[in-house]
Amino acid sequence: MALTGVEIFKLLPKTNCKKCGFPTCLAFAMKLAQRQVTLDACPDVSDEAKRILGEASAPPVRPITIGAGDKAVKMGEETVLFRHEKKFVNPNVFALEIKDTEPDDVVEGKINDLLTSEINRVGQLLRIDAFCLTGASGDAGSLEGLAKRVAEKAPDVPVIISTEDPEAAEAALKVFGGKKAVLYGATEANAEKMAALAKANGAVLGVRAEGLEPLTALTEKVKSLGVEDLVIDSGARRAREILEHNTFIRRAAVKKNFKPLGYPVINFVQRDDPTMEALIAGLGVAKYASIVVISSAEKWKNLALFTLRQNIYTDPQVPMQVEQKIYKIGEPTEESPLLITTNFSLTYFIVSGEVENSRVPAHLAVMDCEGLSVLTAWAAGKFTGAKIANFIKESGVEKEIKHRELIIPGYVAILSGAIEEKLEGWKVTVGPREANALPSFLRSRAA
Amino acid sequence: MAFVPPKESFAGRVFPVTIGSEVQETFGGENTLPFHTFEGEVPHRPLIAYEIQDVPPDDWPETVRMVYDGVSDDPVKWARHCVEELKARAITLRLIGTHPDNKDLSADDAAKTVSEVLGAVKVPFIVLGSNHVEKDSEVLVKAAEAAKGHNCIIGKAQEANYKTIAAAAMASGHKLIAMSELDINLSKQLNILITQMGFEKERLITDPMCSALGYGLEYTYSVMERIRLAALAQNDAVMQPPLVGDVGMYVWKIKETQAPEDALPEWGALEQRGILWEALTATSLMLSGAELLILRHPKAVDAVEGFIDELL
Repeated sequence: MALTGVEIFKLLPKTNCKKCGFPTCLAFAMKLAQRQVTLDACPDVSDEAKRILGEASAPPVRPITIGAGDKAVKMGEETVLFRHEKKFVNPNVFALEIKDTEPDDVVEGKINDLLTSEINRVGQLLRIDAFCLTGASGDAGSLEGLAKRVAEKAPDVPVIISTEDPEAAEAALKVFGGKKAVLYGATEANAEKMAALAKANGAVLGVRAEGLEPLTALTEKVKSLGVEDLVIDSGARRAREILEHNTFIRRAAVKKNFKPLGYPVINFVQRDDPTMEALIAGLGVAKYASIVVISSAEKWKNLALFTLRQNIYTDPQVPMQVEQKIYKIGEPTEESPLLITTNFSLTYFIVSGEVENSRVPAHLAVMDCEGLSVLTAWAAGKFTGAKIANFIKESGVEKEIKHRELIIPGYVAILSGAIEEKLEGWKVTVGPREANALPSFLRSRAA
Repeated sequence: MAFVPPKESFAGRVFPVTIGSEVQETFGGENTLPFHTFEGEVPHRPLIAYEIQDVPPDDWPETVRMVYDGVSDDPVKWARHCVEELKARAITLRLIGTHPDNKDLSADDAAKTVSEVLGAVKVPFIVLGSNHVEKDSEVLVKAAEAAKGHNCIIGKAQEANYKTIAAAAMASGHKLIAMSELDINLSKQLNILITQMGFEKERLITDPMCSALGYGLEYTYSVMERIRLAALAQNDAVMQPPLVGDVGMYVWKIKETQAPEDALPEWGALEQRGILWEALTATSLMLSGAELLILRHPKAVDAVEGFIDELL
């Protein structure tokens, strides 16, 4: 838990020397509590105070980055239980498992599935972020072989090496030197060896215990061995245990500042049925997993999971926006109708979807209104006659269409006069109030 | 450092709601967050109701329309199919044909359909209008009357028409869905207005308005979470009715459940995509608070039931 201003004040020199730029130590303490300044500003603070304040100001879930380069991903740093309180910070990683016992063509197929998993949705590039390479054969050479193959075909993709055998772990880790892999497989039985390997290879250590008490003991043990970058697994595999353990871990970290469980959580949700696997993965996304390990990456499944992750990790205070431009729906010609709406992503999705449903090709002008919906943007003075006229003129749409008719949302019928006044030679038509009436509206015009 | 499970218990509890007459189902009743069996009581499973309509589902996309091929031309056949073949625990009859832009069927037509379907199968029923505020006030009054004695859920009452619809539900002894648009305060206000008419809050179901995965799911998700926390942590009785997720209707009209794979190869197989979209929307809303789900595709229902099995 963060310290209060008064608690921090007690740790300061109390000399009121003003070297920090504030008139008194108390004033400085208050600023520290609000995280508006850092402790470095005080030249006389004791090491003891630095240690206590440093620990108290560390995020409750430790930030961990895996991989290197453009595809490195950051996890952790979460501060809340519910997304309406504050944005969930670092979206979870999806990791595709490949076992060293799987036949060559399956391995090849999975590498390819991951490399082609990238999808653009509302301006964000979404993908399967990592591989989880599992030593299921028990043979060190076999896991190393798989590691080499993946490193060759997909050199930039972060990896998790999953084995409890230190010998196999060492061989596979060497393949990913300098790439900040996760070595998943420290248990009570092999903790010393695995911790040493993680340290020697600059890897993040994944630790597994059966239950939260043993997990607490194990993370403390590993930390005492000098490894601090951890991801943790409570052994939960069924949905019920995943929800219970993930909830307790997040609560302990965020509400009790319980350091031994203040690490990103890894969940294994592999199932034979890909639909069921996706639903359990969805539980991980919504309920506090930082890494979700899946066994397959069908495109339809990826799309649904990426979309869920995007929805859950959206900032509840900032509306999702789409780019301002004239979108073509179907294959519009210079005779096709032109409609206008605002750039709130939901508004765009719903309007474009209904235009598409109408099967009438059209131009859809999407205007930047800072992500507000039509009525809100109008009320806020961002969707006005003058601004719309300006946008239409500057958009260049006049070169793409022959007619000069603009269809506006029914809720802002009041704007038609103002737009016609500013947009010379144009006729404004009032469309339906609700998007779901667009298909019949467009079809009846086209008939 | 010793680990102590940071359990939380709450003063509030969600009202349990029982529907049906000969065959009954109960949902709600928990005094903890969704599926938190490890720190509270979750006495009832969420209830999934298959959706059927009074007119053939011509506007449903092929993936879900074809599974009802041969039965969906007649609501009675359709209802029997859901109960006998698909083992539906409950059915939602949506009177979409009464919408002026649809077939504009009359309130009497609707009442006739309700009587026939309720006479044919015994599971609990949810009877919904077409979401046209004026037409629903006529249609649902007659539909509620026709369903008298069956202890159904009638819906949806909205701010503009709640008086007529709540009065009709009350007169015929039904439960009632109160729907507002994605705002906890509007939800609360509507529940208060309805209870001020003398309608018992224990007979209400709150619909904060559904949205599909990718199309505003995060709004519904967070409004549901906030309503649930108000019910439990603040013990706010007006927010203690169970929540409904009217999922199928929102999911099966978006592009992701309709665009064929050959048009968008990067989206993968259409059938599985549509089924997963419906199931994942439903499970996400259950995790945020929904206890009653209205779904269309049998494979989505099976997947969601499987998910509930793993959680309870």
